[in-house]
Amino acid sequence: MRKATLLVAFLFVTAFLLLAATSMRPFGTPNDAAMDDYFIANAQTEVAANNVVTAVVFDYRGFDTLGEATVLFAAVIGVLALFRKLREDER
Amino acid sequence: MNQDGMSIIVRTVTRFVYGLVLVFGFYVIMHGHLTPGGGFQGGAVVASAFALLLVAFGAAGVKGRLSKHLLQSLEEIGALAFLGLAFAGIGTAFFYNLLANSGSLFGASVALGPNAGFLNTGGLVPLMNWAVGLKVMTGIASIVIVMLVGARKEETE
Repeated sequence: MRKATLLVAFLFVTAFLLLAATSMRPFGTPNDAAMDDYFIANAQTEVAANNVVTAVVFDYRGFDTLGEATVLFAAVIGVLALFRKLREDER
Repeated sequence: MNQDGMSIIVRTVTRFVYGLVLVFGFYVIMHGHLTPGGGFQGGAVVASAFALLLVAFGAAGVKGRLSKHLLQSLEEIGALAFLGLAFAGIGTAFFYNLLANSGSLFGASVALGPNAGFLNTGGLVPLMNWAVGLKVMTGIASIVIVMLVGARKEETE
């Protein structure tokens, strides 16, 4: 019974994903390319960086990178706090 | 044999590879504005060199060389440097690229279109790459050190 339920669920999800894949836009044709075109056209003149991805990450979308760095900082602090607690318990 | 580390084969290979991994990581950070990669990726590569060292020689083998407090201080310095560089152009906007095309440090302009690039370009982007790279390498290294030391302590009891 449990296996049959799993099979039905698996088939349902697979059919759903295949159905979604057939109605997808072709690769390389985004809905709205205005932002991408702007970055590609102006990254070299405005940021003077040849790597457009880095220009986006550290200049146009720098605030996102600040959040990413904060996430890493929080992860480090969490791990340190967790293992410090563990060691105090052992004593 | 040192019970904390791994076999002599692993330790010998680590001695050869360690420097190369470090150089590659710093190259990825330094050329972040020219080639694929950047601060996050290069920092992770450098941190993987530290992790390799820790796995090969054990926590006792690197005890005197990698200080946890030094790593944490460097991580905070990296985070503050990133934030400070973000505030450097606050006169115009948060994260305004003050140095790009200014002619001073990292201020040269680049030729348009596909080209090999020049290291002295990018404005604040290379400096931010270094700040984030410092932060990521020391952050991940301190996570690995603390977790390894904690795991060793549990094992011995």
